[in-house]
Amino acid sequence: MNEELIISGRENLMVDPHLHIWHWPIPLYLFLGGLAAGILFFAALFYLMGRENEYRTAVRRIPFIAPIALIVGLAALFFDLRHKAFFWQLYTAIRLESPMSWGAWTLLVITTASVIWCALHIREFFPEWDWKYRWLIDLETFFNKYKKVLAWVILIYAVITGIYTGILLSAFNARPLWNTSVLGPLFLASGLSAGAASIVLGSKDKKERLTFTKIDLIILGVELFLIIHMFMGFLASTRVQIEAAELFLGGGYTMVFWIFVVFLGIILPAALDLMELRGYHIPAVIPGVLVLFGSLMFRFVFVFAGQISRWLY
Amino acid sequence: MATRRQFIRISAMGAGAVMAGAAGFRLLASELTDGQKATLAALNKRTPTYCEVCFWKCAGWVYKDDKGAIKKITGNAEDLNCNGRLCPRGTGGVGMYHDEDRLRKPLIRTDKRGTQSFREASWEEAFDYIAEKIKKISAEHGPECIALFTHGSGGKYFSTLLRALGSPHVAAPSYAQCRGPREVAFQATFGETLDSPERLDIRDTKCLVLIGSHLGENMHNGQVQEMSDAIDKGATIITVDPRFSTAAGKSKYWLPIKPATDMALLLAWMNVIITEELYDKAYVEKYTFGFEYLKEHVRNMTPEWAYGITTIDPTVIRETAREMANASPAVIVHPGRHVVWYGDDTQRMRAVAILNALLGSWGRRGGFYRPETFELPEPPHPAYPTPKRTWRTEFPDIYKLADTVLANGVCDASVPDPSRNCQFKGWIVNGTNLMETLPNQANTLRAIDELDLLVVVDTMPMEITGYADVVLPECTYLERYDDLRVVQHRKPQIALRAPAAEPMYDTKPAFWMARELAKRLGVIEYFPFEKIEDQLDWQLKQVGSSMEEMMKIGVKTFDRSADDLYFYPDEDVEFYTGTGKIELYSSLLADAGFDPMPVYTKHEEPPAGYYRLNYGRAPMHTFSRTSNNPNLTDLMDENSVWVNPRVAKEWDLSTGQYVHLVNQDGKRSEFPIKVRVTERIRWDSVYMVHGFGHQEKKLRRCYGKGASDTNLITKVLVDPIMGGTGMRGNFVTFITDLAEAEVAS
Amino acid sequence: MRYAMAVDTKKCVGCSDCVVACQTENDVPIGYCRDWVVEVVDGTYPRLEIELRSERCNHCGNAPCVRCCPTGASHIAEGGIVLVEPNKCIGCGACIASCPYDARYPHPKGYVDKCTFCIHRVREGMKPACVAVCPTKCMYFGDLDDPNSDVSVILKKRKHKTLIPEAGTRPELYFLI
Repeated sequence: MNEELIISGRENLMVDPHLHIWHWPIPLYLFLGGLAAGILFFAALFYLMGRENEYRTAVRRIPFIAPIALIVGLAALFFDLRHKAFFWQLYTAIRLESPMSWGAWTLLVITTASVIWCALHIREFFPEWDWKYRWLIDLETFFNKYKKVLAWVILIYAVITGIYTGILLSAFNARPLWNTSVLGPLFLASGLSAGAASIVLGSKDKKERLTFTKIDLIILGVELFLIIHMFMGFLASTRVQIEAAELFLGGGYTMVFWIFVVFLGIILPAALDLMELRGYHIPAVIPGVLVLFGSLMFRFVFVFAGQISRWLY
Repeated sequence: MATRRQFIRISAMGAGAVMAGAAGFRLLASELTDGQKATLAALNKRTPTYCEVCFWKCAGWVYKDDKGAIKKITGNAEDLNCNGRLCPRGTGGVGMYHDEDRLRKPLIRTDKRGTQSFREASWEEAFDYIAEKIKKISAEHGPECIALFTHGSGGKYFSTLLRALGSPHVAAPSYAQCRGPREVAFQATFGETLDSPERLDIRDTKCLVLIGSHLGENMHNGQVQEMSDAIDKGATIITVDPRFSTAAGKSKYWLPIKPATDMALLLAWMNVIITEELYDKAYVEKYTFGFEYLKEHVRNMTPEWAYGITTIDPTVIRETAREMANASPAVIVHPGRHVVWYGDDTQRMRAVAILNALLGSWGRRGGFYRPETFELPEPPHPAYPTPKRTWRTEFPDIYKLADTVLANGVCDASVPDPSRNCQFKGWIVNGTNLMETLPNQANTLRAIDELDLLVVVDTMPMEITGYADVVLPECTYLERYDDLRVVQHRKPQIALRAPAAEPMYDTKPAFWMARELAKRLGVIEYFPFEKIEDQLDWQLKQVGSSMEEMMKIGVKTFDRSADDLYFYPDEDVEFYTGTGKIELYSSLLADAGFDPMPVYTKHEEPPAGYYRLNYGRAPMHTFSRTSNNPNLTDLMDENSVWVNPRVAKEWDLSTGQYVHLVNQDGKRSEFPIKVRVTERIRWDSVYMVHGFGHQEKKLRRCYGKGASDTNLITKVLVDPIMGGTGMRGNFVTFITDLAEAEVAS
Repeated sequence: MRYAMAVDTKKCVGCSDCVVACQTENDVPIGYCRDWVVEVVDGTYPRLEIELRSERCNHCGNAPCVRCCPTGASHIAEGGIVLVEPNKCIGCGACIASCPYDARYPHPKGYVDKCTFCIHRVREGMKPACVAVCPTKCMYFGDLDDPNSDVSVILKKRKHKTLIPEAGTRPELYFLI
């Protein structure tokens, strides 16, 4: 028998008996960041492809979710900070080694850009909108002139944001479950699928919905592939990563991961998407909500399980 | 920056060479915590003290921050007991001061004993109440019927009070519940007791044999330090313990003995040492008496014989005996401290003493040195009245060799008995929680029931306070002066305890309490000084020091009266025994009608499904007295019951699960205890750390945490020689269904 | 200058004095700790081995906590000592998650706290509180660049290991085995 125990009564709050430093706001923040990234990615992409008029909802309307999601996400992040009065310190340094740091800057850029993007399309919702002040009107003119540049900025930063939500976790070597390079693309994919799903949910245009259902199906396929890939990587790795993977393969998070994330969040909506494409009539709301739900659960499961995974010594 | 640097400049004395200004000081003042500032504050702000968390009484320094709050305590580098390093309990002594559950005001009981029904009283009222009762008891039964139980510095003053009144009855549970058998055995063998700190030259030993001592878990500071030094120097450690103790983990040989068979191993070791002629021949020849008797006595006690009893491989018994002999005389068969196990403990300790004598370690470097104690003049006072009778007269034929008042004896003699004409009527209890200290709680409660007066002096609302008529809240050692510490060591030393802060709440030092009572009882002349600091100053001036000097140095070391730490080669040594020699054959025991040489007796074994209840210490706690200390509960807030995996499998137990324990007499643990499944314990016994399972709700941090071993020790194996209360003959089993356990109770 | 600490597992008795001494020295709130003691038991009765380790921040040469800190509150001070500057710390918890040794904790005041090797004492020529108090003298502290420092001398003499070196953090807390 091998016994290993702390005999000095250590009970550091949120660290013992296992790490629980990040609570619900962090997965929520990661989800909202990913969602916003996905939405903005498609908006910028279809705009740059010159398909703005065919995909009105994707380019002009759904992006209004993005700044809201980002701001709520940032609020959640702020809520989880324990030394809130010093929040501003985040913006006194750019530390490229710290995903938290460049992530904070990235979010600043993309939030600003998304607000501008929405401002440019505000007449979608308020046709009579008037900016009133001269300088605001000048700004609108300015950004309309450089909308392409703005779209490029959004496209690039959306990808960075999507990847960042994964890298934030994967940069932690100390948590074997997070410490996989698959996590960046996986979280990006998850964010994109959430973005696509919300467009399907929000669009009234049949063609637009069909296109994004297809896109969603492809991304869900990629996600599934990445998850399998991730587990193969874990199981072929060192003891700590094998043990991390075991959290999902018989461990405490097995049920919630395979049922909520994989089945309800990926396989079922993918199957429904496929049926839709085959001509069956599936209410769009079902796969859409499932994808969003799965994407959110994915963050929760990963953030919580990852904190349990550790180097044993 | 310059002012900042001046602020942190430290005088050269103290914890190491100080290089102020050597390194650039880049921290801002705001970055330092109060505790850090206290370290950096000038060292002459520190107050000398000696620790009161255990009996080792290490000298140290109390540090305060600039607001005057006590922050930390460190050891005094000059002190031989601690060499500048306090143990966890000493370091955590601050918690005793800060504990918000402390007793705050004098209390007088309003209802039945044990109900914790008290009202707050003024000191005047409390003293008047006590004085009146003491006068009444003295008049009706004689002052001898008042006894003091003490395990603390304050006991000194109550002891003076009692002696002044005419009662010699000062009992310390540290005797019959702890080291009494050892003292009697060493007295019988070498003519001297071991006392505290024991005269063990562990630092220079080449072979340390621990038999029933879990040094390192019992944090006898100086000894733990010296064991570490010995490890550094490559000493061999041999540990005999049914449990894989911490010390066993550091040992070259661990002998996982079957519990209750130690005597057989000791005798077999003697057999090997004598038959293989490994003993120190010149030493035995010159200093000892009765070698031939002993040789004959152990002739048949071979390792093979012992194997059948102890389960220790005979080759290991031989190897370890040779290992000891190779190291001789720098070898110590450790006498242990808490030695009241099976009722034949004086004899077992005799075996330990004899083994040391054969190896020639007494009086030798790396064995037992000759300690010296400083002679401090007592303040002048009239002679104490001669008591008309003592507890001894009540127990004429038993415990013949007890050389001090037995705590359990006083307890027994408080219960009316037709065979006795004296019965104790009043108890003063200072700094000892008799409920957790004395085995057989039912007996203690019966005795308490018979009392006319029970005064408890303590800093914490320990269980015993619940039974008191009057509770007197003592301030902690950090808030008071006490007598100078005078203990034996390699060099004579004295240490000062001075208050680092004013007493919190309405608490007072014992000196003041005893003196106030003395005033009311008409014996004030035994307390010639009104203030204790004046008494200390007077005493210090007699020996060429002063309060002023001691406040600066805390500990003063004197030269030995002679350079005789060890025996000189061929020195003629007179031992204070009947024969003037080291008695391998004890004339004292023979005369008193006991076995002159130790004999192995078989002790009861656990019935099927039961396990021997072994208990011990954790390094971060002192008995039950620290279990509410915030700094120390942080390290350990409950005990667990250690269970071998084989036993765990049988009972389907897993680590972390709570169970109840029930002993052979059906006594159930008051609270459930957590299981620790571990290979460190034998399959025929369980183990738990003593001092938990507090039943007093006022101890908010430790109430109901863990189980109390004392609670489960209902069977006491009394040592006929000196009255020691053997506590290792109890067996427990598990109740795994907690709900069922609640119903059963 | 490279500060390091070595803990002799053969002498440590697990008394946890280091933990209390740290607590009173550095005002670590009750209920928290910057250092702790681990017991490892291996084998089957009666063939057993025990290892006792007083553990704390490893003051890593390649400190993930410093790398992931978004504000620079976690930084490396002289001698490689890893510190947190409370007034720069936002309490995001990234450093806590990044430490494979779980050596950091969120201080109730909000910032992240950890072992400082008692830099305030070290700067004044004293030993860290845990080293100074240890009754078994099982801890050695000093500058690895100084071949005569306690820690250099003992590491030359004794076999030692670090914890999870495979995490790539280059820990500077050594265990003598």
